[in-house]
Amino acid sequence: MRVIHDIHGGIHPPERKALSRPGKLQPLGLPPRLVLPLSQHLGGPARPVVNVGESVQGGQVLAEASGVMSVPVHAPTSGTVRAIERRPIAHASGLEDICIELETDGQDQWVPFEGIPHWRDCEPAVLAEQVRNAGVAGMGGAGFPTAVKLTPGQQRPIELLLINGTECEPYITADDTLMQLYADRLIEGTSILAHMLDADSILIGIEDNKPEAIACVRAAANQIDAPIEVASFPTKYPSGGEKQVIEILTGMQVPSGGIPADIGIVCLNPGTAVAVQQAVIEGKPLTHRIVTLTGEALSQPCNTLACLGTPIGHLLQAVGLAPERQQRVIHGGPMMGFAVSNLDAPVTKITNCLLAPTESELPLPEEPQPCIRCGHCAEACPASLLPQQLYWYARAKDQEQLAAHRLFDCIECGACAYVCPSHIPLVQYYRAAKGQIRDSEQERKRSDNSRGRFEAREQRLEEEAAAREAKRAARKAAAQQQAESDGVDPVQAAIERAKAKKAQQDAAP
Amino acid sequence: MVDWLATEPLFAALAALLLLGSVFGALLGYAAIRFKVEGNPISEQINALLPQTQCGQCGYPGCRPYSEAIADGDAINKCPPGGEETIQALADLLDVEPQPLDAEHGVEKEPVVAWIREEECIGCTKCIQACPVDAILGAAKVMHTVIADECTGCDLCLEPCPVDCIDLIPRKQGIGFWHWPLPEDRLRPIEVIATDAATRTAA
Repeated sequence: MRVIHDIHGGIHPPERKALSRPGKLQPLGLPPRLVLPLSQHLGGPARPVVNVGESVQGGQVLAEASGVMSVPVHAPTSGTVRAIERRPIAHASGLEDICIELETDGQDQWVPFEGIPHWRDCEPAVLAEQVRNAGVAGMGGAGFPTAVKLTPGQQRPIELLLINGTECEPYITADDTLMQLYADRLIEGTSILAHMLDADSILIGIEDNKPEAIACVRAAANQIDAPIEVASFPTKYPSGGEKQVIEILTGMQVPSGGIPADIGIVCLNPGTAVAVQQAVIEGKPLTHRIVTLTGEALSQPCNTLACLGTPIGHLLQAVGLAPERQQRVIHGGPMMGFAVSNLDAPVTKITNCLLAPTESELPLPEEPQPCIRCGHCAEACPASLLPQQLYWYARAKDQEQLAAHRLFDCIECGACAYVCPSHIPLVQYYRAAKGQIRDSEQERKRSDNSRGRFEAREQRLEEEAAAREAKRAARKAAAQQQAESDGVDPVQAAIERAKAKKAQQDAAP
Repeated sequence: MVDWLATEPLFAALAALLLLGSVFGALLGYAAIRFKVEGNPISEQINALLPQTQCGQCGYPGCRPYSEAIADGDAINKCPPGGEETIQALADLLDVEPQPLDAEHGVEKEPVVAWIREEECIGCTKCIQACPVDAILGAAKVMHTVIADECTGCDLCLEPCPVDCIDLIPRKQGIGFWHWPLPEDRLRPIEVIATDAATRTAA
């Protein structure tokens, strides 16, 4: 039996997971148009390889990866490309980004796939390429290109593959549903991942508020020979943070500024493991994902297998959205999600939940009051930071102190803001401060570059001027030398010539 | 000599001081030559903080001359591209009070890059010669273009252009440059001391 460790802090918000009835998928129909952002993952946006007006089939590549930190985008069904332009996307900024619009034809014809069923005989690098080509990016929320995680390099041997089925945020049941329905695929995907990483042990961690998922995954794990351990641990928010779940299950801490691979661990979401299984066994690209549709403003909250690119509004209408005045729709969970400003924004690879709460269910944030230095935030912080100090330094824009207080170890879980009796939007302060620090770092790099170029130019101009000066001096010296050797002063001779010419000109007319 | 000094404590003290002074003086003199620092280290540090736009808005021909001027005692608030952040950093470095930006030299603006409307460019190379960081590519009688990643947005290329085909466009466009803004400061001033509030209402 595995020893379960505890993490510092954490909170117990109302879970409300039963609302979306985990364990079933509701088919909600294909929308007439899909909008596929080129940037559904962390890293460089994909590059479109189709033209407007082109007919495409399901599974066809619409945009290719633009470098290592990028993944391609595939068509989730057959249809016609109608536009490649800026469209509203689900992003905290409310800004638009380049998307491919696909008009679906309802035929749902697919290109043939080629999987690698004998993956055990296959090099990890080949499998990683297959995973990349299938467009798999982390489905837990960050959208990190999975193939990059699967190639940690020789200097970082992986001992433990950890599948993070915690899903600690209230309301969300997408991973719960996935683990109940696709436990076999999850186990196979996990075995493939372990083979790729050459991991010694495999662990699937699930919070104890999902007994059905634990039972399903345990049953599936017992079907095969490989030693896959399924561990459950007490429910607490935010146990699902990568660093948190590692500490809970292994007692080890990921170093500040490091990644789990530094301590020999790779941590992946169960949705990602299933996507990897699909990519390797069937060769099927990532074109659908499970999305939780929940909140009391919906008449039939549920989970659904949605096409990537489905407009959020289409899904919410299908499950009976009864909008209140100023209805909010939150992308992600109530703790870390953000409000979507436009319901035309599409579902992407990182959309695990769409929450449409009523005003009474999830009241708007109250007016912030001054900090009373109660220290509740420090007690709740799962990263053992001092949120109150970070708050003051973020307000003062004191980047040195923010770095000293480890701002970049903040996982933005929102536990501090949840317990704050003054309702201070603490996480927004940290996000803003992180953005400012990244900005200044970039500016510093830019200015260093400019300094180098400016100095190189100055030097070049100086050298050119010196070369001109040297040439002139050489000419002068040569002339003088000639004067001495011939006994004729070249200046005098030139004056004589000019005089003669002038006299000639005067005489001519 | 020693005996004489022993009887004359006043001269003994003077002699000792003279001896110590000459020894340490010689030591310091040697160190000053041996460990001499080329250039002005403080102006190097100041230059590292300036934004390197090389725009000349401060009245000096580039960031390095301005950094040398600051080291010689010029004001630290003459750099509009650096803005408040640079003034704060300079104030911290030099241990002086930060001042607001001197409006005479310009105001803080969004970062920009130069953009040549290429169909209008006649290929005169004047902007290439004006660019302080060699960020414009081109040759005589062919179209020029700006390397956006290298352009500092100094606007020195605008003035020499005979056909006015250069624009300055915002550098930070699109979703990749967005980050969360600081929350609006909505805190009300609270009356901590009740009697203060009373006097204010009375007045």
